[in-house]
Amino acid sequence: MLFSGLSEKLQETFRKLRKKGKLSEKDVDLALREVRLALLEADVNYKVVKDFVASLKNRAVGADVLQSLTPGQTVVKIVHEELVKLMGETQSKIAAPGHGNSPGAIMLVGLQGSGKTTTAAKLALYLKKNGSNPLLVAGDVYRPAAIEQLEILGQGAGIPVFSIGKDDPVKIAGQALQEAERNGNNYVLIDTAGRLHIDEELMGELQRIKERVVPLEILLVVDAMTGQDAVNVARSFHERLGLTGIILTKLDGDTRGGAALSVRQVTGCPVKFAAFGEKIEAFEPFFPDRMASRILGMGDVLSLIEKAQEFVDQEKSRELQKKLRNQSLTLEDFLEQLQQVKKMGPLENLLEMVPGFNTMGKNLKNLSLDEKQLYRVEAMIKSMTREERQQPEIINSSRKRRIALGSGTSVQDVNRLLKQFEQMKKLFKQFGALEKGRFRKKRGLFPFK
Amino acid sequence: MFNFLKKGLQKTREALKNKFEDLFVKGEITEEFYDELEEILISADVGVETSLRINSMLREKVKDSKIKETEAAKSLLKELIAEMMGSKEDITLRVPVSPPAVYLLLGVNGVGKTTTIAKMAYSFSKEGKKVLLAAGDTFRAAAIEQLEHWAEVTGAGVIKHQTGGDPSAVIFDAVNAAVSREADVLLCDTAGRLHTKKNLIEEVKKIYRVIGKVVPDAPHETLLVLDATTGQNGIAQAKLFQEAIPVSGIVLTKLDGTARGGIVIAVKELTGIPVKMIGVGEKKEDLHPFNPAAFAEALLA
Repeated sequence: MLFSGLSEKLQETFRKLRKKGKLSEKDVDLALREVRLALLEADVNYKVVKDFVASLKNRAVGADVLQSLTPGQTVVKIVHEELVKLMGETQSKIAAPGHGNSPGAIMLVGLQGSGKTTTAAKLALYLKKNGSNPLLVAGDVYRPAAIEQLEILGQGAGIPVFSIGKDDPVKIAGQALQEAERNGNNYVLIDTAGRLHIDEELMGELQRIKERVVPLEILLVVDAMTGQDAVNVARSFHERLGLTGIILTKLDGDTRGGAALSVRQVTGCPVKFAAFGEKIEAFEPFFPDRMASRILGMGDVLSLIEKAQEFVDQEKSRELQKKLRNQSLTLEDFLEQLQQVKKMGPLENLLEMVPGFNTMGKNLKNLSLDEKQLYRVEAMIKSMTREERQQPEIINSSRKRRIALGSGTSVQDVNRLLKQFEQMKKLFKQFGALEKGRFRKKRGLFPFK
Repeated sequence: MFNFLKKGLQKTREALKNKFEDLFVKGEITEEFYDELEEILISADVGVETSLRINSMLREKVKDSKIKETEAAKSLLKELIAEMMGSKEDITLRVPVSPPAVYLLLGVNGVGKTTTIAKMAYSFSKEGKKVLLAAGDTFRAAAIEQLEHWAEVTGAGVIKHQTGGDPSAVIFDAVNAAVSREADVLLCDTAGRLHTKKNLIEEVKKIYRVIGKVVPDAPHETLLVLDATTGQNGIAQAKLFQEAIPVSGIVLTKLDGTARGGIVIAVKELTGIPVKMIGVGEKKEDLHPFNPAAFAEALLA
């Protein structure tokens, strides 16, 4: 899960804070110190951390925190807000190409090995899926076989690749524009060679490409595993070229990805996309608010809701919500719920999006919600009578034996299910409380007690 | 190597010069001195924990040797860091009694494995050794072509299969070829893999096993290639690769930028894996044996 390391760290901080109830200024300092450590360990640049923590402090020692009944909550809220602010409040899109048949050029620049060539192909596919007609341009004439690499990737994704071999990159870019005009491509994606930000000659070359193609976007491709140096790299590229955005790559690893914060801070440019994996589809828009939530371990609620909306019957879920609130959940609803959940994809992925799952993960494992288990649960509930499903209390040992026989399971399995259902009910009760904003009652569920 | 590093790091040094001079010319050792030192180490990606530990070790040394001046403390610090990076034996490549020497390179995506292999091939060829390359990156598009290009430049032979093939099979063939063709050195390239991908880690374990089947004490070096710009994730990389197979050394690449690669100090502390070579550019000559003293100098220069 992206940024999970950082979120765990911050959760730990606030777990300690939470136990205290009311906070003194000293407590806030202690928490901020831990925020600082966590951010540094996440590779956020130390200067960025300094500024960030300073700006937090002004808000965190403010009256609302000290007087708040839920100071931990308030601090989390502040940290979250500031993180979102730092990463650029809204999701950024690729600029639209102009009218007529002049294609919009996009330059991809960055250090060696940051993933420009793969990213170029991913971005092209993304644009294509969104109705555009992009042309890839093989402009890395230095690295052996870089041109072949882009050609193969383009072929695989069904996207044309413009290449005239190892020629002057400025000339290649210029000719590519003409080619795109002829063929009616509305975007031209220029892959450039990896280069050091302190390489005068190659940086000059990028400037000349820029002058030649007058790009819509100049995107810096940054490896999410980059450390403190991310600020130097981003600053140099920005000063020379005037970046318009950033693409963060290799987010499928376990890196905490603090570079995202640093780079955004020193350039003021939004992170526009996140890439996570070698598959060409592993590419999506970067959502600052979601990312901030993930950093804080609040889960990716928005993605979960989006997924749910895709698959869940709205009418039924409204009904269910009502039942959850009244705590009149029955095994029948449970069954229905299971069936809908199954439609949404692997359970593990879904649970990661649930708020606080990181912290309660260990407890939930006892519920052992693996996929096969779902089928057995389904079988057991289907072997119950309507009455039993609505009033599980009436299930005595003879009924249990019948259910076990009917579903090909054992009495122990039935017992376990009934117990799990009870736990589930309790869990939902807590979610209900959460919804009403009674944060203090839901100990153990939400990450911030 | 000192000169290369110095040249490579000139920009950084220029940019940060004032700051370091401030720190070390101040004269008297104060609390502020240690605070700033911590900041310098953290900004070099040494990491909070290791920076704090270095700081407290330095405090002790300063106390023991009754040093009062920052200039003297600076020398102590350099010695300390050089010491942490390992002894001469630690950082020399292992050469078997009878050839071929089999060296396996691995690492996450984009750290410079193939380029490092090219540089190694060049330097071994220059010594008059017969070098073979194993094109074990069968995954990335055009990775084999990239290696073939370097083979041509350096005069090394290449053993390859097709893109999409089984990397262990290529490596197996390559080790056999190295034995039968009486090569002195076999350099095994592998696909970039994140240390968190279970199946890819299993694949690298298999490659390691396969090499040992043909030449019993091989690979003689298993080198993790680490990009100097890498932050704290370098620790996770080293740990997880080491859990899978015995990693014997690190090649620290891209030291010609402004990144100082301080993460290798933390990696050495936590895993014991020493740096054996450094890469300082894209040319085939730009690979050098690791020199702890020069590294410490450049880190704090």
